[in-house]
Amino acid sequence: MTDFLLELLSEEIPARMQAKARADLERLFVAQMDEAGLKAGEITVYSTPRRLALIAKDLPEQTEAVSEESKGPPEAAPDQAVDGFCRKNGVTRDQLEVRDVKGRPTYFAVINKPGQDTKEVLAAAIPAIIKAFPWPKSMRWGEASLSTESLRWVRPLSGIVAILGDDLVACEIDGVTSGFETVGHRFHHDGMITIGNGGDYAEKLRACHVLVDHEERQNIVRDGAAKAASDAGLKLVEDEGLVVENAGLTEWPVPLLGSFDPAFLDVPEEVIQLTARVNQKYFVVHDKSGNLAPNFVCTANIDATDGGKAIVAGNEKVLAARLADAKFFWELDQKTSLEDQAEKLSNIVFHEKLGTVADKVERVAKLAEWLVSLEGNGFYQSSPGDTLHGEVSEAARLCKADLVTEMVGEFPDLQGLMGGYYAEKQGKSQAVANAVRDHYKPVGQGDDVPTDPVTVAVSLADKLDTLVGFFAIDEKPTGSKDPFALRRAVLGIIRLVATNDLQLPLMKTLNTAFQDIWPAFQKASGEQVILIEGQFSDGERYCSQQFELLDFFADRLKVQQREAGVRHDLIDAVFALGGEDDLVRLLARVKALQAFVETGDGENLLAGYKRASNILKKDDRDKQPVTPAKAGAQSEKNSTGLDSGLRRNDEYEPEPAEKALIDALDAAQPKVTAAIEAEEFEKAMTALAALRGPIDAFFEDVTVNDDDPAKRDARLALLNRFRTAVHQVADFSKIEG
Amino acid sequence: MTDKKPLSFQQIILKLHEYWGERGCSILQPYDLEMGAGTFHPATTLRALGPDPWNAAFAQPCRRPTDGRYGENPNRLQHYYQYQVVLKPSPPDIQQLYLDSLTAIGIDPMLHDIRFVEDDWESPTLGAWGLGWEVWCDGMEVTQFTYFQQMGGFDCKPVAGELTYGLERLAMYIQGVDSVYDLDYNGNGVSYGDIFLENEKQMSEWNFEVADTDTLFEAFKMATKECEQCLEKKLPLPAYEQAIKASHVFNLLQARGVISVQERASYMGQVRDLAKGSCEAYMAKNGWDA
Repeated sequence: MTDFLLELLSEEIPARMQAKARADLERLFVAQMDEAGLKAGEITVYSTPRRLALIAKDLPEQTEAVSEESKGPPEAAPDQAVDGFCRKNGVTRDQLEVRDVKGRPTYFAVINKPGQDTKEVLAAAIPAIIKAFPWPKSMRWGEASLSTESLRWVRPLSGIVAILGDDLVACEIDGVTSGFETVGHRFHHDGMITIGNGGDYAEKLRACHVLVDHEERQNIVRDGAAKAASDAGLKLVEDEGLVVENAGLTEWPVPLLGSFDPAFLDVPEEVIQLTARVNQKYFVVHDKSGNLAPNFVCTANIDATDGGKAIVAGNEKVLAARLADAKFFWELDQKTSLEDQAEKLSNIVFHEKLGTVADKVERVAKLAEWLVSLEGNGFYQSSPGDTLHGEVSEAARLCKADLVTEMVGEFPDLQGLMGGYYAEKQGKSQAVANAVRDHYKPVGQGDDVPTDPVTVAVSLADKLDTLVGFFAIDEKPTGSKDPFALRRAVLGIIRLVATNDLQLPLMKTLNTAFQDIWPAFQKASGEQVILIEGQFSDGERYCSQQFELLDFFADRLKVQQREAGVRHDLIDAVFALGGEDDLVRLLARVKALQAFVETGDGENLLAGYKRASNILKKDDRDKQPVTPAKAGAQSEKNSTGLDSGLRRNDEYEPEPAEKALIDALDAAQPKVTAAIEAEEFEKAMTALAALRGPIDAFFEDVTVNDDDPAKRDARLALLNRFRTAVHQVADFSKIEG
Repeated sequence: MTDKKPLSFQQIILKLHEYWGERGCSILQPYDLEMGAGTFHPATTLRALGPDPWNAAFAQPCRRPTDGRYGENPNRLQHYYQYQVVLKPSPPDIQQLYLDSLTAIGIDPMLHDIRFVEDDWESPTLGAWGLGWEVWCDGMEVTQFTYFQQMGGFDCKPVAGELTYGLERLAMYIQGVDSVYDLDYNGNGVSYGDIFLENEKQMSEWNFEVADTDTLFEAFKMATKECEQCLEKKLPLPAYEQAIKASHVFNLLQARGVISVQERASYMGQVRDLAKGSCEAYMAKNGWDA
């Protein structure tokens, strides 16, 4: 057993790529060893900006010898066949063995493959790993790049150290040959370092100011930055992303504390933090009371001869120039009102077929106003002239204004946030400022969901407009491609609606949004109007997009619910009913269903349902239309049954179990209908549960396929009625189990 | 820095000339056309194409009309200098050569933190891209370091290494001054401001307020037409000059604020077509295959 060391030396590898590169190196190495039948013990991978390293412990010195047998023709076969067999297996005729196969003497070739030196396996594996390395972006370089077939690597590959035990694994790729030598720190160590083996690798590098273990460097950055801050009586604002990035940019990290002019603290904290982090990769720090302090921590890559004074001075100067720009933008932006900024949005194209951002803003405002004025079980029921209506209208019209500010031009990530600040500075109400700031939310999975009514309305309207707009112009997400983040928009809408318990009639809402998009679309597409009108004029496309959008909502809802642990078949069962476009009700129904099917009553009822369905299927009676009970609205009497005529069957006396089922249905059906109308889904489930006993007894005692066609018809009709009753709650045929 | 008096602006250029000249580079003089970056110089763009070795260094004045600040911002100029080094094929020790050049102009790498930070380069206008870094000195970007992979839509065979030093930034750093106008230009009492401040004021005014847009639109059309004529006559060098001119005129029109967002893409597309056409013609004229 021997240890193996591989180091791939390179010009500076981007910090963000190093974690994946380590994983890839290990994966590719293991794959190569598996192929050769070699199993290593512990494998460790390291990275620095200039090298990727792998140490595999306890590799066997040789692969195992293998013996392969191959069955040939019978001994009596013509010479031609036997010769061919020999050629194929690379043996001579006298090396063949004759064995008995079912009483027939048959030739066998036995090929013994001796074990291969691990060193040889590695010598072939290293170039293969390098060639197969999946860098996100790779390049050619140097003289070899005269051919486009030359080796590609993330940056020029400059050396390979490959040592098995104490021996060199000699290999070569594109002019780079393996050896014992590597380099130390770029500035702390001149000349080459000779590595003896995997055991002394890390320590030899350490002596030359290279900490090859990325985790050790991360610890130094994390702890050193915290210490630099606490030594000055301050507290570091932790940022693990920065820890990893700085460790990926250094071979010998040295955290240093610097400061900036407190006058810059007028600028919002987020701006300072972003400037420091994104542009300079600095940590920011808080003072004792938790406010941003005029200090930062940078991470140098050397132990400077002056202790870092010049480095700190240099970094302070750079940050000061950056903050001066930010302060300039902050002050300049406040000289223009958001209303005036918003006018400039007419110069920014939102999408060539959907008009400018100003057009979008106007649509969003109208939609948001409409949303808050929805009646019935709707939203907040505001009306023109009241505060809510006014705030929604104002917030919507200002929500994108910060896109043309200097600050957001410089830091696009600050969209929304800056608008919120500027709205506050301009004396807008808190509700308006909040809405401007938060209307992009929720962005990701863990992001907060707004609850302030003004924010909710603007956020919903913004997302709905985007969604409907891109569907209208046929820019739907396909596969993994979703360039306009429409899936995220739908998920945002679902979460806004669910969190705030909004009873939003989806179809009506989409309709309203479509009506606003259509003229914008025609206007923006200019000369294409005729063509577009052709597509729109019969209303077909317009309609089909709405249905596609509903499906899209359903899909996203399923994904979201699945992630929340809800069984997808139950979601399907509720969705299959159709006709429900209120997300909150839909989810309540799914939730009640899940609770129900997990009870004994639920399970048994499901079993009874499946049995009834199978019988009906055989008889082709399952094609009859099913009308689900509509929640939240008075349905017409008797709309739930296709039963009345079939129930009245006076030609024979029903058997007791049959009669019991009829009675149970008579009792349960109105209860289910009423419960669903009242949106009491658990009650509806309880009412259904009363059918469990009668349906079980019915199957126990009654023969459906009676010889008397009248009885048979009546009983099939009864089962269909049972099925219909169950379908008032959910399409049980979609439920698994 | 050190106890020695730091280099003046012109000494930095002279030092770099000397340094790269000794390492086999042809020291060129600036190209006599307005351009937005040293990369536009035919010694970079066109010479990056084809198989022939090429090593050159030069200082190139760059014009970015929209960056003008009427001489009021200590860091931003509409006219400044880049120092360009093109090494083709990229030598194996190019990073060390570069670091030694920093030492030559007075930056001690044991006193200052020098880092290679990922920064890929792409110029849609030139149909070009490359991988490399921005080089940081104590957190300040002082050089753009790129391995050209494609130019004018053609694979670079072989790849050239391009170093672009921001001369004013470097000089401000080396001399420890906070405003570009305070730079010691000649080591003998003349400042950068003495030479360029008035130029920044007047040129900013012209770029932003005065330049006649009708004339500029006409100039853009003329350059486009002339470039196309040269391409027809298989004259890539004059064609490329017209592409450079069109690009600069477009930048001026941008500064005058007369190009809408929608039109912008179309203008850039036109400039790209001219530049790529010139590269294609250059390849063809030299008999090189893509």
